[in-house]
Amino acid sequence: MIEDIRQLLKAHEGLKREVYLDIENSSMVPNEIVDAMLPYFNQSAYGNPTLTHKPGWEAFETIMESSQKIATFLGCKTLEEVNLTPGETEANNLALMAAAFSMKDKGKKIVISEIEPLSVLHVVDLLQKSGFTTVKVPVDGEGFTNLEKLADVADRGTILASVSTVNHEIGTIEPVKEALEIVKDKNSEAIFHTDASDAYGKIPFNVKGLDVDLATISSRKISGPRGIGALYVKEGVTLERILEGQIGTQKLWPGVENTPLIVGFAKASELIFHDFEENVSHMRRLRDRLIDGIVGNVSDVKLNGPEGDKRAPDNVNISFLRCEGEALTIELSLNGVYVSSGSACTRRLLQPSHVLVAIGRKFIEAHGSILMKVTRSHTKEDIDYVLDVIPKAVKRIRGIVGSMEMK
Amino acid sequence: MSRMPLPYNPKILELFRNPKNLGKMEDATVTAVAGNPSCGDMIVFYLKIDSKDVIEKASFESYGCAANIATSSIVTEMIKEMKLEDAWKISWKSVVEAVGGLPSVKFHCGILAVGALKRAIRTYYKNKGVSVDWLPKELTFEEKQALEEEELAKILSKRMKAEEEK
Repeated sequence: MIEDIRQLLKAHEGLKREVYLDIENSSMVPNEIVDAMLPYFNQSAYGNPTLTHKPGWEAFETIMESSQKIATFLGCKTLEEVNLTPGETEANNLALMAAAFSMKDKGKKIVISEIEPLSVLHVVDLLQKSGFTTVKVPVDGEGFTNLEKLADVADRGTILASVSTVNHEIGTIEPVKEALEIVKDKNSEAIFHTDASDAYGKIPFNVKGLDVDLATISSRKISGPRGIGALYVKEGVTLERILEGQIGTQKLWPGVENTPLIVGFAKASELIFHDFEENVSHMRRLRDRLIDGIVGNVSDVKLNGPEGDKRAPDNVNISFLRCEGEALTIELSLNGVYVSSGSACTRRLLQPSHVLVAIGRKFIEAHGSILMKVTRSHTKEDIDYVLDVIPKAVKRIRGIVGSMEMK
Repeated sequence: MSRMPLPYNPKILELFRNPKNLGKMEDATVTAVAGNPSCGDMIVFYLKIDSKDVIEKASFESYGCAANIATSSIVTEMIKEMKLEDAWKISWKSVVEAVGGLPSVKFHCGILAVGALKRAIRTYYKNKGVSVDWLPKELTFEEKQALEEEELAKILSKRMKAEEEK
């Protein structure tokens, strides 16, 4: 198998340009962030922050400073509200499990949107096995949570609700504030969680104004290193740990803190929030250039998710009809454009993306979907290269489909 | 359970980049479709068969992943100038072998390709109104699998419609 992978890599030799747009699944870390992290591997602060020696105290100071930066960008009251975890998957698991178990004597109902990421969907499936009941609220054709349905299903027994601030696949900016008010109206004690991984650093997101109880953020979604994220826990909300072991500076996550990654997360936050408006308009310009360029030059395409200001500034998700997504991702890769697809094939599951199915896309539309996200580091030239490659790649894959009749 | 990248081998990559025998055949004697686009997996074979029941030429079109394209293409290569009776004996395992191996999650591509081929051969004799002794009445494993996938697509699309009406 590894030999086959080596041969696949060899087939990519001689590319004149490479553009990485698969930010949903991992990201390239810019040099300035890598440079900020490097000293913390071996020059200072490599100690355990809870121990009584210089490298430990250095680590403690570094972690507190980094957390403070993140707390400030989030609008936290205190830095205690930032709970570092190894990523958004872990933060979502922690949020839902810890909240459900902390509230288990007060009710059993958990309400989520049906287009939540798998680290929310699969966790509530698990909680269901432990005696909780789950209701998944439908969304409309652009991915907006149906608030009337939410009001119908939320009740006094609802102990936990979770709605993402921005959908990870189609960029829908959800009415989180309204959703929260609906849930709290029914049960003021209910815990409200939002996965804000795709909102932090992309849309104005401040826990002060929003008043959610729990919020997940992630480093890798803002070009920071993988392996680090955080769960915001509002002062006064008490959660039980879901993992046990040596407790360090992070009260909800045991184990030894990874100082270089924490520094990288803080640095990525600084870079995006310094000149936030300009970074966001840069992403939005590139996003629109990419969408307009594809919609204007390729026939039979469909934009998935809302348009304009209701959409996250970085998200492009387009279905290419008569074009299977996995084949298209390979063809694009061979031409230096790296993206992902919601097709059943790339997901190695029987069904395509649950998000696309939820907004009413037919399976065949979902199979031909391509997800791309732009960052502050992408350039107009990157996008123009992608716009040169995509029509040719789609044409070739559609050429293999040829005259086939699709029913 | 874990997830790994799909290790497509050089042969599959070559057939994906430069598929052999691609395209609709205007003078095909028989055409057969298998799979369903809802499953992200559909192929069509075009066979030109001479009076001695030998496959003169074969071509394909495919809607699917790289493995689907590669297995369909290789089948059209394997059966060229073959007697139908011999083409019938091609198993999905020999197709997987011919493309240099497939990840197990992609075995169904080889199965679908052989299912389509067998369907084409059956259709040919049915259209001709001839019965041959080597052709079993009962559907083979590959044909059953193709049918199963198509049935599954129907169930899924029915379920989708029901969801919409809700």
